[in-house]
Amino acid sequence: MEDLINKIPKISRRKFVIGAGGFTFLITTGAIWPKLSSEDKSAGEDGITAWVHLRSDGKIVIYNPAAEMGQGSKTALPVLIAEEMDVDWSTVIIENSPIITEIYGSRAFGRQKRMITVGSRAVSSYFESLRQAGAQARYVLLYNVAQKWNVPIHELTTDAGVVIHKSSGKKMLYAEIAEFAKSPDKIPEIPTEQLKKPSQFRLIGKNIPRVDIPSKVNGSAIFAIDIQLPGMVYGAISRTPVNGAKPLNVLNKDSILEIEGVLDLVTLEHGVGVIANSMETAFKAKKSLQIQWSKGVKAENYNSIEAFEKYVSIAGDAGVKGRTIKNEGNTLEALQNAEKTFSSDYKNDFAYHAQMEPLNAVVSVSDDGSSAELWVGSQAPASARSAAAKALGLDESKVEIHHCYLGGGFGRRSMSGYVSEAATLAKKAGKPLKLVWTREDDIAYGAFRPMSVQRMQAGVDKIGNIVGWSHTVVGTGSRLMTSGVNTLFYTFPNQHIEMRNVDEGVRTKHWRGVGHGPNKFAIEAFIDEISIDQNIDPFEMRRRLMKNHPRALNVLETVAKMANWGDTPPPGRGRGVAFAERSGSLTAGVCELSVNKESGRIQVHKFWVALDAGIVVQPNNVLAQTEGSVNFGLSSVLSESLTFKKGKVQQSNFHDYNVLRIADAPESIEIKIIPSNEKPSGVGEAALPFVGGAVSNAFANLTGKRLRHIPFTPEKVLDALNS
Amino acid sequence: MKTSFKLNGKTVQVETPPDATLLWTLRDDLELTGTKYGCGAALCGACTVHMDGMAIRSCITPISMVANRSITTIEGLSDDNSHPLQKAWIEEQVPQCGYCQSGQIMQAAALLQTNSQPTREQILAQMNGVICRCGTYTRIVKAIDRAAQNV
Repeated sequence: MEDLINKIPKISRRKFVIGAGGFTFLITTGAIWPKLSSEDKSAGEDGITAWVHLRSDGKIVIYNPAAEMGQGSKTALPVLIAEEMDVDWSTVIIENSPIITEIYGSRAFGRQKRMITVGSRAVSSYFESLRQAGAQARYVLLYNVAQKWNVPIHELTTDAGVVIHKSSGKKMLYAEIAEFAKSPDKIPEIPTEQLKKPSQFRLIGKNIPRVDIPSKVNGSAIFAIDIQLPGMVYGAISRTPVNGAKPLNVLNKDSILEIEGVLDLVTLEHGVGVIANSMETAFKAKKSLQIQWSKGVKAENYNSIEAFEKYVSIAGDAGVKGRTIKNEGNTLEALQNAEKTFSSDYKNDFAYHAQMEPLNAVVSVSDDGSSAELWVGSQAPASARSAAAKALGLDESKVEIHHCYLGGGFGRRSMSGYVSEAATLAKKAGKPLKLVWTREDDIAYGAFRPMSVQRMQAGVDKIGNIVGWSHTVVGTGSRLMTSGVNTLFYTFPNQHIEMRNVDEGVRTKHWRGVGHGPNKFAIEAFIDEISIDQNIDPFEMRRRLMKNHPRALNVLETVAKMANWGDTPPPGRGRGVAFAERSGSLTAGVCELSVNKESGRIQVHKFWVALDAGIVVQPNNVLAQTEGSVNFGLSSVLSESLTFKKGKVQQSNFHDYNVLRIADAPESIEIKIIPSNEKPSGVGEAALPFVGGAVSNAFANLTGKRLRHIPFTPEKVLDALNS
Repeated sequence: MKTSFKLNGKTVQVETPPDATLLWTLRDDLELTGTKYGCGAALCGACTVHMDGMAIRSCITPISMVANRSITTIEGLSDDNSHPLQKAWIEEQVPQCGYCQSGQIMQAAALLQTNSQPTREQILAQMNGVICRCGTYTRIVKAIDRAAQNV
């Protein structure tokens, strides 16, 4: 394969087709019109879609519609097309598709097509449509060869980039077909049943090296922050420290403008921007800005640590009516009649995305102001483009977007505010402009995983069966707090699940795994508490709860087997088990840890993980995502804490916002992917939600004490040990 | 202020404000963007380069400090991904988003230069200053082990 260094994608709709010599497959639902590309109409204008371009030099260009932020879908999605088209993978070149939602979008969320890479849905949401596109492209090739050789189409087969006519022994390379291909009048729909069976897969389920990796070991992968344009200037913004406040006045405007290299100041709704001739000058000037902010916004009295007390009281207030997520049977009655009842509160702090590439974007407006170009790494490129267009007062069609690699997303890059900012500053500058957030900016004006309190209540009968279950989430973050609150694979005869939101006026957002992290932590630790009290093995307790769900049960039993559950852990170590589901995938993990009783530091030594994610397109990449999810989850469980005081974020960089470092990562993460022919489900977050429960449970197993507040910092660990 | 130094084997001269840092000089003046900005305070290691073979954080290194020194960036590690660490990184499929990986590899390269057969503990101690948010740590350790076997 060609060296697939990520070129700066420069495909506009027009250039996309005209610039492509050879033969492009233009496909609509149920039909393909392959034409010589010079005669093609612009892709997109007729609702036509184009996934594959067959070059006369034998290379096959496949277009990737999703953001590549490390999750590997830039490789996995083209594999789906290549599989059904039956191409020779070594001839494949992958390029990013243009951002044309109606063509390249997927229906990951409802009927509307969208181009948005979130919620671990890239592979699952494109699984059918891209295989269909590949199968139709293959049909066109066969159709043309059948005409050429004057043989019935059904006598033709393909094998990795070659069309074969068995009885005559004739063969033709795909590349040769580009020279004479014509469009069939009608392309049959290829029903899903006629797509390859899993046993016929040549590419799906094999380990194909990720195409972006070679460029990521030599510094050549291009992130938006790396874009350099002639005459470019630099922007930085001092944003309001308290969400919602507006800049009233810059007290030292004159002295800022006197700094050598500072070109201009721009007042925005939520801050003041500096335009300068270098990045460092922009940062320095931004830091020196003295801004007077408006008063009276909601967030300014918010102290997050104190808020826990309020949330606990709301959780216990029968007069508060929240949003009911699930209500089955009569939970109140079940708890009243139970042999024994349990109640525990679990808590979690706010968490910051901490993607390693701080937010940034580059915008260049044409001299006459009638069009613009945008370079950005975004999980939601269509909305990014629309944000730029809006800020520039242009129609979206006048903004060309160049989609770069994302230096981490985790939900943060699905927002487009930073793109609006870059466009606004570029317009003012009258020159190409790169806006970069400093790390401090990225934390201070972040949008966080909500903090919450989880009030868990349950009742058991005489033999320890859970007969009533109540889960009330209280916090600030509304629907972000409800993902994962439902226990889809545990059967409780009576249950009530409710969310009570308190609007504190601070910014919250999806964060890897969303509410699943906090909710599964509370659920899994609470089940552990009940199991221990009832003298039931925590694994056995879950087996009982899952008895109606064989697929989930298999995941749990697999991990127990992997970890030799039931054996006594090595001296000084404790073990905990937890189960979770996320984005359709089922996971269970066993954690083995030790605790330094002097320092309070937890060291996780091992994780065993079982995963059922349906058909796995790229197994090694699924392992990588699973390892990453465990480490990311462990980071939030052991050390990440973001707090507000008077509405201001209290942390400012990696010295006080602690993310996992290599010495804190487990020595081994052993993973088993359970073979399956079910449709693929998401893997980018699947192994994160169980981590909190598994660690808390292992800690309890070792020490007899319960950790109920994420993160389990050394301070909290010592408190628990001394309790 | 004019500063001369050796960059990836060639002598270069730059003209910058006296308080310019090596990081932004590399990225914006010398157009070597493989070295990344992550924190600006030597806390994350994304900006790691070598000065006379030692791993340093370019984001806090004033340009004046590198005068007449030899700087190696990720671009100077090899011409063709042939450094044992680069090969091991590809074989182990280490990078995810990739943003921190220049720093990871440069930090690891400095380790192998002084200790060609590091223990796990030595690897952890050397690499603890370089954050990978995607959580590729598990593979980083494996890749360094693999590279050490091939050095």
